Amino acid sequence: MLSHLVAAWVTGLTGALQAVPPALFIVAAALLAWRAAGWRLGLLTLAGLAFLWDLGLWVPMVTTLVLVVVSTIAAVLLGLPLGIAAALSVRTWRLVAPCLDVMQTMPSFVYLIPAIPFFGLGAVSACFATVVFSAPPTIRLTALGILQVPHELTEAADAFGCTPWQKLVKVQLPQALPTIMAGVNQTIMLALSMVVIAAMIGAGGLGREVWSAIQRLEAGRGFQAGIAIAVLAVILDRVTNAMARRLRPA
Amino acid sequence: MIVTEGIRCVFGARDREALAMLRAGESRAAIMERTGTVVALNDVALRVDEGELLVVMGLSGSGKSTLLRCLNRLVTPCAGAIRVAGQDVMAMRGQSLRDFRRRHFGMVFQHFALFAHRTVLENVEFGLEVQGVARPERRRAAEQALDLVGLAGWEDKRPGQLSGGMKQRAGLARALAADASILLMDEAFSALDPLIRHDMQAELVALQRRLRKTIVFVSHDLDEAVALGGRIVLMMDGAIVQDGTAESILAAPKTPYVRRFLEHIDVSAVLRVRTLADRSAPPPAGSCPVLRGEMTLREALPLLADGPDGMPVQDEAGCHLGVLTRRAALAALARQPLREEPAWPSHSPASRSTIYATAPSIG
Repeated sequence: MLSHLVAAWVTGLTGALQAVPPALFIVAAALLAWRAAGWRLGLLTLAGLAFLWDLGLWVPMVTTLVLVVVSTIAAVLLGLPLGIAAALSVRTWRLVAPCLDVMQTMPSFVYLIPAIPFFGLGAVSACFATVVFSAPPTIRLTALGILQVPHELTEAADAFGCTPWQKLVKVQLPQALPTIMAGVNQTIMLALSMVVIAAMIGAGGLGREVWSAIQRLEAGRGFQAGIAIAVLAVILDRVTNAMARRLRPA
Repeated sequence: MIVTEGIRCVFGARDREALAMLRAGESRAAIMERTGTVVALNDVALRVDEGELLVVMGLSGSGKSTLLRCLNRLVTPCAGAIRVAGQDVMAMRGQSLRDFRRRHFGMVFQHFALFAHRTVLENVEFGLEVQGVARPERRRAAEQALDLVGLAGWEDKRPGQLSGGMKQRAGLARALAADASILLMDEAFSALDPLIRHDMQAELVALQRRLRKTIVFVSHDLDEAVALGGRIVLMMDGAIVQDGTAESILAAPKTPYVRRFLEHIDVSAVLRVRTLADRSAPPPAGSCPVLRGEMTLREALPLLADGPDGMPVQDEAGCHLGVLTRRAALAALARQPLREEPAWPSHSPASRSTIYATAPSIG
């Protein structure tokens, strides 16, 4: 059921994005980066994506991007509430913290193994493994951001008669937002690195290019795919970072 | 009206044990040593009348901020009774406590506690927003409050764009906007520059005269307490050591701790002309400028310097209260005991050296 839903999502989104002409996509992405983070990043996005297109890696790039986006959305949807719960209750934190330690120290390949019997080979297993691997920074930094809200501010919220929900939504989350966004940024980067590894269980995308280059000992092709991954990573990192910086209150 | 009785408050894991020891009359140090628990408040009884400006004084760690937070239950005392406007504060839970805070209290914080992600106007609206007041109505109330504190025109700025004094004006406006009857001010002006602090003190006094709010003001600065002009409660080690006007405390400090507090204050701002006047002296013959009895010595000094020695003092109704001489004024400034023979006529070197030792340094 969940498996079908995720699969439909991934194929639908991939199909939709691949239907967009690459030139249009590149310009739109560059404009978006420019609006979010200034003209330098807009230019970087334009050049980077055009380079990928020129390398003939457009289709795998879109596949990888979709996997990253879907996994990140799932990781944030999972991580945000968990992080909030961990920040607000010491007991939850004691339960969550060791899980996070395990999730982060376990070799990432290991997550691929249990995913296969549940979801089979392909995108869904890749997403599952990626979510498990990339969610910890969002959880951790959400909790940290909320715990770091100055005591005087939460006290002010209480003094003016906030309910716990009002305090969370009107004071704690907005104050913690820059830290949370830093966590989301880390989640995106981890998701990208995991999606590449997940090519081993048939995830497709840039990872598969690397994987097949290894099997055929084609160093050039391997480097091309590797550089493409790096370019994508730099663009995603800089743009989300700039967005997080803009959220920091004056 | 706020009344508290027997408030005891301890912080630490073994609070029950600490409370029992406290009731048995053990010292704070002994309790700290045996249980590792801090006694923040020990048997505090306080009464604040409606429309009164009460200053709670003490060094850091004396329990004054904890006492303030007990009044709106940001801190829940371990024992004791608190009544505000006839309601039993200790019995409140959940929604009733929130309603009580919304209705009765505005609070101003030492480091402003403004929400950086909101504009000044949105900060000031906060109390009403939390209460679910509709946007146009709360906007109007917030604009009025901003006007009251002299911040009109700064509505759309962020707190980060304001200076310290303006931040605290915004903090004050936020506390005023919900029109609560009681203002709790926790070292509200301590983080401000001295000049700004004096302005804010004067403005708070003027505001209080207009709005008749009940204000509980926590401060560690006795000069600030004098400038605010209300009753003063002096705290040490979680207990009240003395309670009264600045003048009554200056006249009879109860403990060495209180005396130490008084050592560095500006006496001329505290002493009133009526207490310094020689009541037995008849009004001088002929016309001459008159001092009002409620003037502080500081206000009277320029008149005394220009006028004749020995000026008549009168009350509001124009009744003669006595005569103030320059010598009496100087003696008061030098902290000589009032109405005693001054030490000047004696020529023994010992007495002169005592005078030098106690004279305030002229800065």
